[in-house]
Amino acid sequence: MQEKVLMKGNEAIGEAAIASGCRYYFGYPITPQTELAEYMAKRMAEVDGVFIQAESEIAAINMVYGAAGAGARTMTSSSSPGISLKQEGISYIAGAELPCVLVNIVRGGPGLGSIQPSQSDYFQATKGGGHGDYRNIVIAPNSVQELVDYTVLAFDLADQYRNPVLLLGDGALGQMMEPAVLPDKSEIFHAKPWAACGLRGRDKPNIINSLYLDPGQLEQHNIRLQQKYQTISASEVRYEEYLTGDADLIIVAYGITSRIARSAIEKARDSGYRVGMLRPITLWPFPTHVINQLASRVKSFLTLELSAGQMVEDVRLAVNGLKPVRFYGRMGGMIPTTQEIYEQILNSFNHEEGLSDE
Amino acid sequence: MNEKLFTRPASLLDVPTHYCPGCHHGIIHRLVAEVIDELGVRNTAIGIAPVGCSVLAYDYFNFDMFGAAHGRAPAVATGVKRVHPDALVFTYQGDGDLAAIGCGEIVHAAARGENISTIFINNAIYGMTGGQMAPTTLLSQITNTTPRGRKSESAGNPIRMSEMLATLDGANYIARVSVHDAIHMANAKKCIRKAFDMQIQGKGFSMVEILATCPTNWGLSPLQAVEWLKSNLIPYYPLGVIKTSQEVE
Ligand SMILES: Cc1ncc(C[n+]2csc(CCOP(=O)(O)OP(=O)(O)O)c2C)c(N)n1
Ligand code: SF4
Repeated sequence: MQEKVLMKGNEAIGEAAIASGCRYYFGYPITPQTELAEYMAKRMAEVDGVFIQAESEIAAINMVYGAAGAGARTMTSSSSPGISLKQEGISYIAGAELPCVLVNIVRGGPGLGSIQPSQSDYFQATKGGGHGDYRNIVIAPNSVQELVDYTVLAFDLADQYRNPVLLLGDGALGQMMEPAVLPDKSEIFHAKPWAACGLRGRDKPNIINSLYLDPGQLEQHNIRLQQKYQTISASEVRYEEYLTGDADLIIVAYGITSRIARSAIEKARDSGYRVGMLRPITLWPFPTHVINQLASRVKSFLTLELSAGQMVEDVRLAVNGLKPVRFYGRMGGMIPTTQEIYEQILNSFNHEEGLSDE
Repeated sequence: MNEKLFTRPASLLDVPTHYCPGCHHGIIHRLVAEVIDELGVRNTAIGIAPVGCSVLAYDYFNFDMFGAAHGRAPAVATGVKRVHPDALVFTYQGDGDLAAIGCGEIVHAAARGENISTIFINNAIYGMTGGQMAPTTLLSQITNTTPRGRKSESAGNPIRMSEMLATLDGANYIARVSVHDAIHMANAKKCIRKAFDMQIQGKGFSMVEILATCPTNWGLSPLQAVEWLKSNLIPYYPLGVIKTSQEVE
C-alpha cells in the first residue's frame, strides 16, 4: 500500500491535479483557497508547468478557455466572489465544450460576505451560474483523501465529456489537514482531435467557439448539449449511503456538513434512533433516483446545509411529496455542532410521532 | 504559359465576407493572411477573434482559430500561447473590445510581455451593436450614445491605447498604421510583418493599431469615410512606430 502523507486540503488538490497531468494553472488570490494558488506557483515550476497569477478571475478563466481549447489539461480555482466573476468564462467554456477543472472553496456570502466556510453557492454551482442552458459536473468531496481522488476523477470526466467539472469544497475542507494517499501519475490519455493547436499538417482548421448566429443551428447545438447532459445524468451519479438500511430518518448532507452529521448520527444511534445518511457526492448530476427510492421506505428526511436551504429543493423534488422533508441550516460561516444536529434529529423524531405531516 | 502574379493567400478562405461595402476589416484580414503566408507559418498560426464586427473572422482565415468573449482575447491568447509556445498567436480586436471591456486584459498581456501579437482595429465606434460611442470616439464625434457629439465633461476623453501600452516594459513593438490607400496598406503590412516577426523571435508583446473606416455607422459613403479618417482620425491618432525595443532595431 502506498504511504499516507499529511496534507492541507487546498494543497492536496494541487498535488492531485499535477498527478493527473495538469500543467496549466491560472488563478487569482482569494481566501480561503489561496494556498492552492501558492502551491501551484511552487510546484508548476518544478514540473515544467505553467502558473500565471492572472490580473483578475475573468482573465484567469479565459486563460483556461485558451489552454483547454489548445488541448491541454488545465485548471483554475477560486472562492465564491471570484467564481461569480468567472461565470462569464464558464458559460463560454460550456458552450464551446472545453474540458477543464474548476475549484470553488466556498465562503459566506452574498457580496463580500466572510472568509468562513459555507455552502451557499449550491444554486450557482448546480443550476448554471452563468447565462444559457448548460450544466457543469459538480463534485463535493468531504475529506482530504476525497479531494485527491475526485480531483483525479474530475480531470478524467472533463476530458471524457468535454465539459467543465467543478470541485465544490468549503473553507473548512480547504484548510483542514488529514493524511491522504496521493495518486500515481494517472493520466488517462484522451485524444483531442478537435483542439485548436495550429494546423500542423491537418487540412481543415479547428475552431473553438460558442457563437451560432443561425437559430436553428443554435437549437441543434443546445439539443446536443442536453443529450450529453442526459448521458452524464445516467452514468455519473455518485453518492454514499451510511446506515440507511434500517433507517426511519434519512439525513441528506454533503461536504463538511456530512462529517458533522455522521458524528450526530452515531450519537443518535447510541440512543436507539434509527438514523442514516445519504450523502450526495455529485451534486450535479444529483442522486435523485436513490433518494426517491429511499422515500418509499423511510419515514422522513432532514436536509442539513451551511446555507438558507438550497440543496433541500433538489431533495424535495426527489422525494416528490412522498415523505416530509425538513431543513436545518446555518449561514454566514457558522458551523453547527454535533449536539445541534443531534437535537435536530430528535426534533424530527418527535415531530414524526406527534404529527402525520409537516 | 502565363504566370499568375496575384492570387488569394492560402491563409484566406475563398468565401464572401459579411462586412459592409467600404469597411476596412476585409482589407486588414487580407494583409494578415498575406503576412502569415509569406512568413510560412500557416501551419502553426492560431488567431483569436473578438466580439465585434470581426466576430466571424474564423470563417475567413484558413488556420486554427478561437472565438473569445468580448474583450477577453488577450487572456485566451495567453492560455493558448503558454500551451503552444511555438505557435504564432495573435488577437484581432476592435476598439470596444480592446479599449473598453477588455482594457484590463490587453494592459496585463502587454505588461507580462506575453509573446503574442495584437491587431487592433480602431474605427472610433462600436460597429456591431450599431454605432455607439467607443473609448476611442473623438470629441464632438456623433454616435448613437453621443447624439450631440462626444463631450469630455460627460463622456470623458478618447484613449490613445498605443501610446498608453507603449509605456509598459513588456510591450516591445507598437505601431499605428492606416489602410486608406495603397501606400498606407503597404506600410501596414510591413508593420504587421514586423510584429509577427518579433513574436517568432520571442521578443514579447507586439501590437499594430490600424485606423479603419466604419462607413455604415459613421453615416458616410466609403469615399467620404476615407476622407473623414484622413482629416479627423489621423490628426488625433498619429501614424508611425510608437515603440520598438532596442534589440529589435
Ligand atoms: C459582455 C458583452 N457585452 C456587450 C456585448 C455587445 N457587443 C457586441 S460587439 C460590441 C462592440 C464592438 O465594437 P468594437 O470592438 O469597436 O468592434 P467593431 O464592431 O467596431 O468592429 C458590443 C458592445 C457582448 N457581446 N458581450
Ligand atoms: S458596421 Fe462598420 S465595422 Fe462593422 S462591418 Fe459595417 S462598416 Fe465594418
